Amino acid sequence: MKKTLALILALCLVFAAAGCGNGAENEATEAVTDVAEAAKVMSYEEYVQAELDTPVVVEAYVQGKQSWWDNKATVYAQDEDGAYFLYEMACSEEDYALLTVGTKIRVEGYKAEWSGEIEIVDATFEIVEGEYVAEALDVTELLGTEELINHQNKLVSFKGMTVEAVEYKNEEPGDDIYLTLSLNGVPYSFCVEVYLTGTETEVYNTVGTLKAGDKVDVEGFLYWYNGANPHVTSVTVVE
Amino acid sequence: MRKKLFAVLLMLCMLPLQGCHGSKKTSGFAVPETFDAEKNYEISFWAKNDTNKVQTAIYEKAIEDFEGLYPNIKVNLKLYTDYSRIYNDVITNIATATTPNVCITYPDHIATYLEGDNVVVPLDELLIDEKYGLSGSEVRFDAPEKEEIIPQFLSEGVLGEGHYALPFMRSSEACYINVTLLERMGYTLPEKLTWDFIWDVSEKAMEKNTDGTYKVNGQNVLIPFIYKSTDNMMIQWLKQNDAGYSTDEGSIEIFNDTTKQLLEKVKTHAGSYAFSTFKISSYPGNFLNANQCIFAIDSTAGATWIGADAPLSDISKEDIARFETEVMMIPQVNWENPKMISQGPSICLFNKDDPNEVLASWLFAQYLLTNEVQIAYSETEGYVPVTKKAQESEEYQDYLARMGEDNDTYYDVKIKAAKILLDNVEHTFVTPVFNGSASLRNAAGQMIENVAKSVRRKETIDDKYYEKLFEDMVSLFRLNETGAMNTGEKDLGPLPYESVVLIGVLFGVWIGIICYVIREYFRNKKRIMS
Repeated sequence: MKKTLALILALCLVFAAAGCGNGAENEATEAVTDVAEAAKVMSYEEYVQAELDTPVVVEAYVQGKQSWWDNKATVYAQDEDGAYFLYEMACSEEDYALLTVGTKIRVEGYKAEWSGEIEIVDATFEIVEGEYVAEALDVTELLGTEELINHQNKLVSFKGMTVEAVEYKNEEPGDDIYLTLSLNGVPYSFCVEVYLTGTETEVYNTVGTLKAGDKVDVEGFLYWYNGANPHVTSVTVVE
Repeated sequence: MRKKLFAVLLMLCMLPLQGCHGSKKTSGFAVPETFDAEKNYEISFWAKNDTNKVQTAIYEKAIEDFEGLYPNIKVNLKLYTDYSRIYNDVITNIATATTPNVCITYPDHIATYLEGDNVVVPLDELLIDEKYGLSGSEVRFDAPEKEEIIPQFLSEGVLGEGHYALPFMRSSEACYINVTLLERMGYTLPEKLTWDFIWDVSEKAMEKNTDGTYKVNGQNVLIPFIYKSTDNMMIQWLKQNDAGYSTDEGSIEIFNDTTKQLLEKVKTHAGSYAFSTFKISSYPGNFLNANQCIFAIDSTAGATWIGADAPLSDISKEDIARFETEVMMIPQVNWENPKMISQGPSICLFNKDDPNEVLASWLFAQYLLTNEVQIAYSETEGYVPVTKKAQESEEYQDYLARMGEDNDTYYDVKIKAAKILLDNVEHTFVTPVFNGSASLRNAAGQMIENVAKSVRRKETIDDKYYEKLFEDMVSLFRLNETGAMNTGEKDLGPLPYESVVLIGVLFGVWIGIICYVIREYFRNKKRIMS
């Protein structure tokens, strides 16, 4: 009898304690932005021609990962014809780990523009079969020309640049580094975007040691912010 | 014996259940009798600047001066350019008990920090402590007295029933206007801005030439009205309309018809591209400075980036236009009762095992309220000092009087922006702070962003759309999990169903125990008698 009573009381406690947890109705659900009816995959040319604020579907290969936060990933992707900036694409942390350089993804989202940067926003993606790793395109000769924007978001390189100024955003390591490089005496803005590179990387540390007058070759993604503002991913001091 | 043991075990089993609902937090900190000046303390200070080097220099000088006064206290500065990053880092460090000592933050964020036990130091006793309180007898610098902090700003740091934040700087929003473009269209700037005026001008400005350029600026780009913080846009619109946002207790009231009315305005004017937002387009000041915007609403603390002669700029010199800039209070629904938001950084202290370390943090926090720091920092942007002592000082009055003397320290747009707040403190307001209030703020802005994007994407925006939008906001920002501050006794409302069940079961268990004990008592008695 006593055993039975003890068992009943224990069960009561167990079931009562279970009531302390959150109810199922409290479980958060992620709101997913509806993308219009899936259209056919666009070529890069069709993407370029698409109006802003219209739905776009592209297939491209991951070339660089800028950040993951709150189930949103910002990624540079590219195919043989052109490049895409995928801004805050819906992405779990697990899926973000799968987005290694070269991974092919199909992206559905909307074409947008922010301070001159053409991007795909409110996007979703899926990994598809295929792999491609882009070579950095040398666009040194295009600096200052109207043609440069045609390579927006691509992995590019600039050779034989002269360091004019190196400035930490916060005047100390830890945040972005604003880098001014010149070619033939004309200055151009570059940036070491800390979300893209991190602070414990070779590029971040090397740029931090550059001095005015150093000659460098740099590689990076051709980001746009009120004009060309390449985000540097590697730097080599050449003299 | 076994029965007694059984009863004790049962009670022990129930102990963990006591924490299930409505636990109350205690301070965990008492002001020490004396500050140990012999012991060395190293405190961390996480601060935010506006990508403004002068602000960094002021923090560094404040630390240097403070360390001169208290040689046994070393202050380590860590700078951020984004409040949300500070918030995220603090949250991460709460879990590992590695929070900073002093932190620049927002009350909305402190509300979340307070969910941890004894994480944030309550300031009530510190504020009035005879020795170490504001301007206390043992304080080694000329600190303001409690009464010298602008009461409205001080009260913004009250969360639940206690003070958990000190105001550091205050700002509001202002409307920066390209008067040259406005007058080119035949309009005259009114003395007081209304929403209707801004919408009307903005629509008119969308007229184009045959070559596709805009008539008013002759360029291919024009966004007549850009709002930086859509959170504030919605919050102030609702306040001006006396419509619901949230209660002090954390009940969400934002999903109402007045919200829909604003969203309908957004639908109309974002649809025509006369209106846009920072998140969709970019910084309003950049467009204004390039003659591509007429009305830019941004923080008064962003004034040094705005205007034809702005000392700071994000766009190249050749893109900056010449135009007349005016700064005005944000548009109002009812000028009989104007409303504008009060915002700006506050200071909070984090609890540590050693009360003297907390006291060292408090002394540094107090130092940030001295005239030296208050006046110098407020001059870096369109901020205003939070103490009367600083505001009424000769030095600050001289600063205001020299408006327009140069385009640096005395940049007229910046000082005009600060004056808007100084002259209208009684018209400012803040939103209720509770666990989840930061999420509600995000939801307020997100609705504007979503509608602006949806209308441009040719989505149908009708009652059904709004119904889903509201549902999405609740889900995305977990607004069904918000709650009032639990730093004091509050009416928590009716018990949740689960709690009712729990209490019912516990009640039943106790009845069972009592019945069992009574039955055993009578059994034993019967045995003894027989």
